[in-house]
Amino acid sequence: MRPEAPLTATFMRRIVSVGRWYVRVVTSDARPAPRVRDGIRAAIPLAPGPFVFGLSFGVLAEAAGMNAVAAVAMSATTFAGSAQFAAVSVLDAGGTALAAILAAVFLNARYAAISVSVASIFPGGRLRRLVESQLIVDESWALSGRSGRFEWPILVGAGLLLYVLWVGSTALGTLVGGALDDPSSLGLDAAFAVLFLALAMPYLRGRRAVQATALGAAITLVLIPIVPAGVPIVAAAAACLLGLRR
Amino acid sequence: MWVWIVVAVVGVATVLFKATGPLFLGGRALPARAQSIVDLLAPVMLTALVVTQTVGGDGELVFDARIPGVAAGALAVWRRVPIVPAMVIAALVTALARQFA
Repeated sequence: MRPEAPLTATFMRRIVSVGRWYVRVVTSDARPAPRVRDGIRAAIPLAPGPFVFGLSFGVLAEAAGMNAVAAVAMSATTFAGSAQFAAVSVLDAGGTALAAILAAVFLNARYAAISVSVASIFPGGRLRRLVESQLIVDESWALSGRSGRFEWPILVGAGLLLYVLWVGSTALGTLVGGALDDPSSLGLDAAFAVLFLALAMPYLRGRRAVQATALGAAITLVLIPIVPAGVPIVAAAAACLLGLRR
Repeated sequence: MWVWIVVAVVGVATVLFKATGPLFLGGRALPARAQSIVDLLAPVMLTALVVTQTVGGDGELVFDARIPGVAAGALAVWRRVPIVPAMVIAALVTALARQFA
């Protein structure tokens, strides 16, 4: 007759049930399916970044001689910060339209790979998939994969919030840029160099990426005094052919 | 005029890139050789932009107030300062260097 026995059994049962509850919580299947609303909420902590970038894109576009409507149209159709900054900085440096286009297109080619990784989560017909796939940006893509598998509501919700912020802050930036006397005295050029650097950092894992990046930087440095503005950046893309080496 | 061509071409290209997976490829992957090049495009192009933004000039290398600014910003990025404050540091240092130059 040991009074502890039933107690121990209860205790064991409690442990087992807590264990089951824990397993249910940590495996994503038991979690309620996320909604678009959850995606919007997930993107709120990131909001200041895109807002400030959009604002500065508007200012820079204005300084580069791009009119306000074109700047906002670019944010609305391209919706990819680094490529937009690249195109505008090539134009600002006096590069040709072709160099600006190539620099931006090379940068955005990564979206082909990113969109392939989430291809299967987009429901519906071709038109709907075409429209919703435009909400893929680095941030919405990263957020949508946080639970360990890509989730459509998170990607679309986060993408929607970022889209509104991006286009709105670009418009605001063109107004601010138009009001500034001499934006170049602000040190925006150095700020964008640092933005590009920070964006490049997460990709610099592994020997191949570091080698290709160093080669690209060297090509750019050598070509700046020799060829027209914008061309060095485009030529640097040749360094990516290192990827073909085994 | 040229600006609108840039906006249109980059816009259409980006729409197609983003639609590649969901619209054209379904569940299939990119060919391995294409993937290995695409993986390198972002860091290579971004770093080339760092170089032109820092020392690019009109047909020459220019070493000016941008260098201390970018150096300060790079140090901040390296010390894991978030992007926006790091950009502000770079802009401030460059603006100050321009004031005193």
